Amino acid sequence: MADLSINFAGIRSPNPFWLASAPPTNSGAQIHRAFEAGWGGAVWKTIGAPVLNVSNRYGAWHFGNQKMLAINNVELISDRPIETNLREIKEVKRAWPDRAVIVSAMVESKPQAWHDIIKRIQDSGADGIELNYGCPHGMSERGMGAAVGQVPEYCEQITRWVMDVAKIPVIVKLTPNISDIVMPARAAVAAGANALSLINTLNSIIGVDLDTLEITPNIGGRGGHGGYAGPAVKPIALNMLAALGRDSMIRDSGLPISAMGGISTWRDAAEFLLLGARSLQVCTAVMHYGFRIIEDLCDGLSNWMDEKGFATIPDVVARSLHHVSDFKDFDLSFRAVARIDQNKCIRCDLCYVACNDTAHQCIDLLDKDGKVIPPTAYDHRSNGKTAAVSTRPSVVVRELDCVGCRLCYNVCPVENCIQMVELPPAKPSITWDQLSKQQPAVTEDWQQMEHYRHKMGIRIH
Amino acid sequence: MNISPEVSLNDLSSGLRELLPPLTEHEAITESARCLMCYDAPCTHACPTHIDIPKFIKKIHTGNLRGSARAILESNLLGATCARVCPVQELCEGACVLGSEHKPIAIGRLQRHAMDHAYSRKLEFFRSAPSTGKTIAIVGAGPAGLSCAGELAKLGHSVTLFEKRDLAGGLSTYGIISLREPVEVALIEVAMIQKLGVRLETGKDAGTNPTVAELTHDFDSLFLSVGLGNTPQLGIPGEEYILDGLQYIEGSKLHPSRLRVGSNVIVIGAGNTAIDCATIARRMGAERVTMIYRRTENEMTAYPHEYDFVKREGVAFWFLAQPIKVHHKNGKVTALECVRIELGDPDATGRPAPHPVPDSNMLLPADQIVKAIGQHRPSIALLLNLRTEKDFINVNDNFETSSPGIFAGGDCIRARGSASTVMAVQDGKLAARAIHQRLVNHG
Repeated sequence: MADLSINFAGIRSPNPFWLASAPPTNSGAQIHRAFEAGWGGAVWKTIGAPVLNVSNRYGAWHFGNQKMLAINNVELISDRPIETNLREIKEVKRAWPDRAVIVSAMVESKPQAWHDIIKRIQDSGADGIELNYGCPHGMSERGMGAAVGQVPEYCEQITRWVMDVAKIPVIVKLTPNISDIVMPARAAVAAGANALSLINTLNSIIGVDLDTLEITPNIGGRGGHGGYAGPAVKPIALNMLAALGRDSMIRDSGLPISAMGGISTWRDAAEFLLLGARSLQVCTAVMHYGFRIIEDLCDGLSNWMDEKGFATIPDVVARSLHHVSDFKDFDLSFRAVARIDQNKCIRCDLCYVACNDTAHQCIDLLDKDGKVIPPTAYDHRSNGKTAAVSTRPSVVVRELDCVGCRLCYNVCPVENCIQMVELPPAKPSITWDQLSKQQPAVTEDWQQMEHYRHKMGIRIH
Repeated sequence: MNISPEVSLNDLSSGLRELLPPLTEHEAITESARCLMCYDAPCTHACPTHIDIPKFIKKIHTGNLRGSARAILESNLLGATCARVCPVQELCEGACVLGSEHKPIAIGRLQRHAMDHAYSRKLEFFRSAPSTGKTIAIVGAGPAGLSCAGELAKLGHSVTLFEKRDLAGGLSTYGIISLREPVEVALIEVAMIQKLGVRLETGKDAGTNPTVAELTHDFDSLFLSVGLGNTPQLGIPGEEYILDGLQYIEGSKLHPSRLRVGSNVIVIGAGNTAIDCATIARRMGAERVTMIYRRTENEMTAYPHEYDFVKREGVAFWFLAQPIKVHHKNGKVTALECVRIELGDPDATGRPAPHPVPDSNMLLPADQIVKAIGQHRPSIALLLNLRTEKDFINVNDNFETSSPGIFAGGDCIRARGSASTVMAVQDGKLAARAIHQRLVNHG
């Protein structure tokens, strides 16, 4: 059985799954139950400046039969008295010495305020501190949260204030509401932080009520941008995680990254580990299904690691990072085409319409004799399931014309029905970067490009 | 004359209340989300009226129920009836690509969801085109006649619909068991067709009143959708004690309090009407219901899903038995005498010919006997001197009979294959187009 335990910048936990700083970690009682369920750690809901909350604070985006594909919220940091939080932190840590208890903090951007809160957290016995530079709503209007995270200089300055007094590991949590995530991360590294975490929530408006024309959720006739999270943000989080891993300054610093953003299953978790995360934080999935999901997060991850021969979490971390590349370094001679398994095909023709209307028009409808026919080619007097099913054309890719765009593969509802088949390269391997260096004219002039294509036998369908 | 039906759509005390409950909004949303939205979808092909099914289903999912209902009605004016009575297992749902490995989409019930939305809100979708001045008489206000009338009215023609019964709707009103289609559904569609400007004249046995001469003289074109006639005679002693299956169903639909159901009922026949009769008997209190058929389950004309349904209702089957005599005492049925059958070589119908086995008579006790063994062919063809095929009215690809300007559709032309409501609707629709073309071309 794989060893799931981690040592994250000196913070130890029996598995890499921590509850993210959010409503699930609002109180000691909740975290007690989470630890009973098996969570490896918890990042206490941000404590700091005094706040008041509002009703209708969570919005959600549902898609198809998937409820809460994403959630957004305008809940602020903890609205419980700071003394209550600190007392419960102490109690939880005493009861659960083997679990990671990290406390998220956010106060006014003044050195004294930060010094005070850091010292009080340290006195509670917590294992670490996470600096909330990401909260995108409410707190940012008061100069905190994302207002700090969006300005690398503020990020660096405040982190320095914190590091002046910090005796336990400090994690800087980054906001994704920024054009280049690497900049605030470098600032945190420069200021001496012990670790990074990302992503906080994204700015979002979840929707408009088509009956009342008010914003959803409706807060007394008003609504506004809230922090967006959940399965829908996972690809954004993966990209930002990889961006940090590929930055040499951040990589060379050796700072571990705790990642979050739509982690719902062990599969998501494994992907984040493979792109460089050393601990994983979860919120929306727990808000949807409760603490019990930790069981399959651990069980599924452990089974997968056993299958793959990974003994420990560090064995997995960043394994896939080197596959992440820029377009300019992709092999332009790589070629794949779509192939449809006629035995698996259920003849929904979704690949056909996608290809024909929006891609490269290289899927044909073939009748029984292999003749290309147009859609709706049946006799409108015919009816009944037998007529409909027996005359249904087959969908076949014209491989010579297929550019391998992969759209049909993506829309196909049947597992493994459409395969992207890699073809042996017909041309020598070359990247755009190499081409622009070797033959700059080709990459700058359309006539030269046409000439190059002709010479290389590249036919654009 | 009592024409107000007694069984209410919402009468939960009736054993014949609509079998499937309406989908809840949640069910409709989740079921519609399952639809893959196939392109050039097989369900649409399989539907005789070729409703764009993925289109109306996705409209349900987006909450555009008005648009969904319109999408249905554009192809099939009797969408509410068809949502309930169509043998979807043989049609749209039978062709659903999710059927092979998963559950097909519940297309019929989704269609009903959209149609219920429209009718419960009294939504109207179509307005008639400016008057063409052309007049068309339609004989028979069943599904084919209603469909044809509605389509022609949409095109601006003046349509008069003659119906010999008190109520329009044909089998939807009189002959389909309430648990599949409550009578209100049929009548609300009749009202919708009338709203399009169709003049409905009930109690008029066209051919006699108005006469054939009046029909052909007073109207520019004629559409016959007369359905089929009465149940044929078995020609056995005591037959006068046997109840007619269609009348049995009609009684259960329109006057259930007057319906008398025996405690030991025999239903003769094994088609879908026979199954409905057996279902009524069981649900209205019969302790024992036996269906008698002279061939076997391999030859019976009932749909497989109907056969499965009625078996679960607790109805017994007696195959390879042919009635030869009704026994009765003091005016009451006591038993049905049958003879055993052996199947021989295929007969004219292509099915094995039944041969009675000598000295194999048996007596089946019963206190009520119902027969549902098909219907006679329509007789109006004779009046109009039309060419027929096996006594069905013969039509060309445009639904035109041997007499130019006289068209026909529905059960009365269906000499081959099985007849159904939805096919009748399509006949009416296509005939309306052909009639329109003819009237336009002939000025």
